[in-house]
Amino acid sequence: MVDRTGTPLVDMRDISISFGGIKAVDHVSVDLFPGEVVGLLGHNGAGKSTLIKCLSGAYQANAGEIYVNGQKAEIANPRDARDYNIETIYQTLALADNLDAASNLFLGRELTTSMGFVNEAAMEAETRKIMGRLNPNFQKFAAPVSALSGGQRQSVAIARAVYFQAKILIMDEPTAALGPQETEMVAQLIEELKRQGLGIFLIDHDVHQVKRLCDRAAVMKNGKLVGVVKVDEVTTDDLLAMIIAGKKPEHLAA
Amino acid sequence: MADASASEAPTQRKNIFQTLEIDTRLLGMVGAFIVVCLVFNLLTDGRFLTPRNVFNLTIQTVSVAIMATGMVFVIVTRHIDLSVGSLLATCSAMMAITQTNILPSIGLDLGNPLIAPIAIIVGLAVGALIGAFNGWLVGYLAIPAFIVTLGGLLVWRNVGWYMTKGQTIGPLDQNYQMLGGIGGTLGETASWILGVLAVLAACFAIWSARKSRISHDFPVKPVWAEFVLMGISAVLILGFIATLNAYEVPTRVLERQFEARGEVLPEGYSEGYGLPFSVLLLVIVAVTMTIVARKTRLGRYIFATGGNPDAAELSGINTRFLTVKIFAIMGILCGLAAVVASARLSFHSNDIGTLDELRVIAAAVIGGTALAGGVGTIYGAILGALIMQSLQSGMAMVGVDAPFQNIVVGAVLVIAVLVDIIYRKRTGAK
Ligand SMILES: Nc1ncnc2c1ncn2[C@@H]1O[C@H](COP(=O)(O)OP(=O)(O)OP(=O)(O)O)[C@@H](O)[C@H]1O
Ligand SMILES: [Mg+2]
Repeated sequence: MVDRTGTPLVDMRDISISFGGIKAVDHVSVDLFPGEVVGLLGHNGAGKSTLIKCLSGAYQANAGEIYVNGQKAEIANPRDARDYNIETIYQTLALADNLDAASNLFLGRELTTSMGFVNEAAMEAETRKIMGRLNPNFQKFAAPVSALSGGQRQSVAIARAVYFQAKILIMDEPTAALGPQETEMVAQLIEELKRQGLGIFLIDHDVHQVKRLCDRAAVMKNGKLVGVVKVDEVTTDDLLAMIIAGKKPEHLAA
Repeated sequence: MADASASEAPTQRKNIFQTLEIDTRLLGMVGAFIVVCLVFNLLTDGRFLTPRNVFNLTIQTVSVAIMATGMVFVIVTRHIDLSVGSLLATCSAMMAITQTNILPSIGLDLGNPLIAPIAIIVGLAVGALIGAFNGWLVGYLAIPAFIVTLGGLLVWRNVGWYMTKGQTIGPLDQNYQMLGGIGGTLGETASWILGVLAVLAACFAIWSARKSRISHDFPVKPVWAEFVLMGISAVLILGFIATLNAYEVPTRVLERQFEARGEVLPEGYSEGYGLPFSVLLLVIVAVTMTIVARKTRLGRYIFATGGNPDAAELSGINTRFLTVKIFAIMGILCGLAAVVASARLSFHSNDIGTLDELRVIAAAVIGGTALAGGVGTIYGAILGALIMQSLQSGMAMVGVDAPFQNIVVGAVLVIAVLVDIIYRKRTGAK
């Protein structure tokens, strides 16, 4: 069981952001505790990616506050988010297609030699190590990532988020392009990271997956938060009703 | 692939170029260059490939080649710089005024050894400032580089004009002129020493790259392939030096030199020019820019931003400041190119560098820099500049009319890009 008595790892309070009149995220509050996986659910365009991009520094909220470990956090850009040990796997993967896996994994945080030059050999060796853990079938270390399959690209993006020992991990549909075996490996990875005490926001359209991997689920509809529920207290049908109809299940509504 | 014998082989057989890991694009360009040289050599009854013409070709290429290395970074990040020729003119004007006007007026008289270095530093600083300003307009104010530098094309050409009131300024400082080409060469012995050092450096680089791969258990080429590569570099470097050394200083020039020292030219004495300082400068720029591109974070970020600007930004790269840096580098290189160009002429004139933006962009693009961003090499751009210059001087030697020369150069640019597109499609490279 997750201990929710202490200060949350992340506390997003009353976040709002709009794009030219469209309220993509409308007064949403969610929190995340160490060792917890919180699922974000909602129809396409509900505002899930936009919400977590406020946390990862890609967007800045128009209103609302973010607290990390109880301290108010100013996250103006992705560099700030990294300083708070927040790592993100973006839905669009955010890889530089013309570079190889190692260059992408270390992008912005290259290993350097004592002379200050990038240490390609060391980066490739580290990449081989972590890919050996995440996706042992992966062999294309020399090729630019544009030559990789969707799933292979996804494992590069996952490796990048995991390698740098994040405390807070944001995964935006991490298994969207993965086969059943690779999806299972990501599921096991999430469970392992959770045991290590990371907090994870997981965006996923598969309610069964959410019920299995997450402790709580936050459901959004049209930019608004429908509710946050403990997955053990609801059925998959309850979750689907929240996503589609935007109603909290009756036995919890009180 | 389909036949039975191929599938029997345990590993796919590689051709010699794959074993040597030489990029086929590079081979294509070298091939094109060799064809151009041989054809013109035939058409000019062997006058094209004489030491004298090779020497001239080399020093004519330097200024554009220096700028082309910077243009690679600009184009790789999906920008363009149309103002390089005008920027060169402004830097050149500033340096000319500094050495003929400003410095003498504060007590540094003609011939003072400080004049050349101070003028050059001023020129580079002006280039860096204007470049950084362009980069700031592009990166922070989000004005497209095409527009910023199209404006700059007009602005800087005429700022240069105003500074000199449209006058030609010269002659420039004697030491300064040494960077122009024939006015300053290393001489035979020093050229040979430098050539041998360069060969040793190339061999060392090849060998240490191999050792580093072995230490990480990565696959390496067979040892003979490494030695073949070393051999090729040695032949190219020493062959180039031998050619430049074979271009002999005319007897009357030697006579004058000896006279100046109060001696008499000994009978049968001859001396080769050797490597011009300007070419040495280009080599230093090329090596530095290649190291920046491949071995530094800055280079990584340039290529990553070109491949996917959003990914670079999300990876924590400050892409705006990166843009400022790239344009500042371009500006510094324009300053350097201005040194070489005005020193070669021995004076500053207002039309210096006119149309250089086209030559520089063409050199980068012919050299394999993709306008879509993310792809490009420094050596390619230099080779591109060399091909362009060979075409132009070859046609001039053959006696092709000037307008027709330009028609050919323009057509070659378009065809080169077409060939490149076809090549990329075939090989599936991006
Ligand atoms: N950069 C942007 N500019 C304008 N509108 C945007 C932008 N990003 C998102 N939106 C809009 O905000 C809303 C929420 O988008 P968001 O990407 O957060 O949805 P999502 O819940 O992640 O959907 P999906 O499940 O399809 O990934 C949508 O209406 C979308 O069109
Ligand atoms: Mg989304």
